[in-house]
Formats: sequence, C-alpha cells, structure tokens
Amino acid sequence: MPERKIRVMVAKPGLDGHDRGARVLARCFRDAGFEVVYTGCHQTPEQIAAAAIQEDVDLVGLSCLSGAHRILFPRVVELLREKDADDITVIGGGIIPEQDFTMLYDSGIKAIFTPGSSLDSIVEWIKKNINPTSAEFL
Amino acid sequence: MDSIIKKICAGDVRSASRLIRDIEDKIPEARAKIKRLYSHTGKSFIIGITGAPGAGKSTLTDALITELRKSNKTIGVLAVDPTSPFTGGAILGDRIRMQSHAEDRGVFVRSLATRGALGGLSQAAGDAIHIMEAMGKDIVIVETVGIGQQEIDIINHAHSVLVILVPGMGDEVQTMKAGLMEIADIFVINKANRAGAKQLQMELTSMLNLSSKSAEGWKPPVVMVGDAFKPETFTENIVKLSKKIEEHHIYLQQSGKLTERMHRKAMAEINDTLHACLLEPVIKSLAAGGELEKFAEKIKNRKADPYSVAEEIAQRFFKKENEK
Repeated sequence: MPERKIRVMVAKPGLDGHDRGARVLARCFRDAGFEVVYTGCHQTPEQIAAAAIQEDVDLVGLSCLSGAHRILFPRVVELLREKDADDITVIGGGIIPEQDFTMLYDSGIKAIFTPGSSLDSIVEWIKKNINPTSAEFL
Repeated sequence: MDSIIKKICAGDVRSASRLIRDIEDKIPEARAKIKRLYSHTGKSFIIGITGAPGAGKSTLTDALITELRKSNKTIGVLAVDPTSPFTGGAILGDRIRMQSHAEDRGVFVRSLATRGALGGLSQAAGDAIHIMEAMGKDIVIVETVGIGQQEIDIINHAHSVLVILVPGMGDEVQTMKAGLMEIADIFVINKANRAGAKQLQMELTSMLNLSSKSAEGWKPPVVMVGDAFKPETFTENIVKLSKKIEEHHIYLQQSGKLTERMHRKAMAEINDTLHACLLEPVIKSLAAGGELEKFAEKIKNRKADPYSVAEEIAQRFFKKENEK
C-alpha cells in the first residue's frame, strides 16, 4: 500500500489576531513532512469545519489566545460530527487554563498543547495518533 | 455504479476530496474510479490562473468567485502550492484569501501540493479537475503554484488562461520572451496602483500588436486591476475581467478553438497517463529489486552510460510485454 501523506489544518477561530504561534506550528508541520492548510485569522467554527472537509485533512489544530476556547473548540468538533466527519481529529492550543482541560476533552478535543509545549512533542503526538494509511476508502 | 461515484456525481464534497487524495497518494483503486467517472466529465469551463508568487492569484481568484457567484454558477477551485524538496511537506496557504466562501455550498476549494511536479501544477491536478467536473461544477478555476517563465502545464488543462503580472518585474524584453508570455488568453496587470503599471501596460500592448497570434482573431486583452483594498474600483475591475473571460469563452466556442483546445488536452492526457502506466511501474519495479541503485552506481563510475542503461531496461520490459 502506498504511503499516505498526513494532511493537517491550522486554524484560528474567533476574534483573535495573534497568529505567530499558529504560523510557527504550520512551518514546523511542513518541516515534519505534512501538508499544512493554513486558513488565517478570524475564522468562524463553521468556516473551519467546512474547510476541513473540503481539504480532507486528518487533523485540525485550533489555536486560541482570546479565552473563547470553551465555546469555539467544542463547536468545531460538533460541526464536524454533524457533517459526518468526526474521523477528523481536533486538537487545540493557546492560552488555556488547566481547569478547562476536562471540559474540552469531554467535548471531543483529543489533545491540548499550552505555552511551553515543545514543537517536537506536538509533531510526535500527531505521528503517533494520526494514521492516514487507514484513511478509509469512502 | 458504486456509491462513491454516485456521491461525487451528486456533488458530495467529502467523497470528492477523498478521491482527490487517493489520486494524490497514488492509491491503485483510485484509477478505476476515475475510469468510471470519466464519462461524466468534460462539461465545465476551466479557467487557469497563473503568475509569479505573490502576484495576487489567490486574491483575484477570490474576487472572481464572488463575481461569478452573482450569476449562481457553481465553482470548483484547485489551488496549488509548492512541496518541499527536502521534507515533502507543504504550506497550502491559498485558501486564506478565499475563506469568505468557505460556507457557500456552491463553492468547493481544494488545495493541492505540487509533490515534485515542475510544470506549475501537480500530477493529480488533471484528475482533480475531472472529479470537480463530475460533481457538476459549472466552472473550475485552477490556480497554479507561483511560477516563473516556463511552467506552463496549465495550457493543457484550462480553456482560458489568465496570466497575472505585476509592475516592476523587468524591462520590455521580458514581455517578448517565449513561454509564459505566449500562453495568456487574458493578461491581468495586478497592483496597477503601483509605479510602473502604465509602463508595463504599454510594453504588453506593443508586444501584442507585433504578435502574429492576433491575426487568428483573439487578441489577449490587458486588464488593469488596482488596489484590492479599495473595494469600489477593485470590484469594477473584476467585473471587467469577468466579462473578458466570458468573451473569450464565447470566442472559443464560435471559432472552433474550443474543440482544438480539448484535443490538445486529450493529447496531454494520453501523455500523462502513459507516463503513469508505463514508466512509473518500470521504475518502481527496478527500485524495489535494488536494480535502480545498481544502474545508478554503474553510471556514476562510468561503467555504463545512461542511454545504454535506458535501452537495456526498455528492451527487457518490451520483451516481457510481447511474451504476455
């Protein structure tokens, strides 16, 4: 079986224009050999979910520094579920207090990376948990 | 007809994007699906958008989508960005400019990485266009990777080719050069609010006046598009551009050039698929047996020359085919 290329999307939901971190990650994913769709700032969860499906990504990485993650992150998961695309893994990062972790995990976010997480640890997590070889033939 | 074919023909985005991915990843089963889809293709109008990196291809694509959606046409967009020759990774950033259409169900944007292709597109682009056609898109816009002078594979896929130029990229001689400057059906001078735009327009116009192509009936118009941050004039320019595209479409139909272009496209398709069906399996099987390395070693040490090696390989494989 030919090797599957990992496709990821880096997205910034909500009213948050600070995308330095998201750009660093996009670049780091590129260097890890992934194809990275970057959609820019100020995205609604609806735009992010629609783009993830159109691009057939394996994973969506959400970045939020504005404090609205409790609303925005679960909404993306919910929209993907509604569109029968819950095989797309959603992870998150940014300024996220530890007390919100459980709530986010419960909503379907698969991993959370906060400031101080090394780039390598994020790439490693993706390589370990995303196996696009099994990307099902629809 | 299996279900994925049905779903794609019904416009299902998930199935379409997945099949595009299967093609990109060279999943063997994908080929059979394209075979089945093929009779549903060939009905869309295909617009190619090409030009240097940062010339404004994505921004113009976005603006064209807005304009074309006013007449309710459904649109597929393929946006190509470069793959790293070192890591195989890619940043696909064309979408950033088009995200305002993300929720519009009449618009399907799919990014492709070049994955080593050098002609401005990706190897999967042809089939990705087929898939969008089968979805019933009225128009497919193909945005190439940022290109230089010679990466002109787009002419084998698009009916109308837009070449996007910006001021300040060189002198008059640049407009006379072969390659990119010859393939435009429509020239766009983008960022025309910047210094040097008038000069470029003059140079282009005089180049086009000298061109023998204009005798054939279509002289590529030069459309000036100004500051994208000034919505009023920008929209006006885009309306102009979209009218020129429509005029070119009508010209192609009435002059019989459309059939000519479709013939050229068919020839290119034979060429591409032969490459995929003949050459790729040969190289793959040689690589798998370690023989490719041995041949390379021989050539490196001057124990053999590349022509003799290629002839030996060709003879062996053609013989095998004959025995079958």
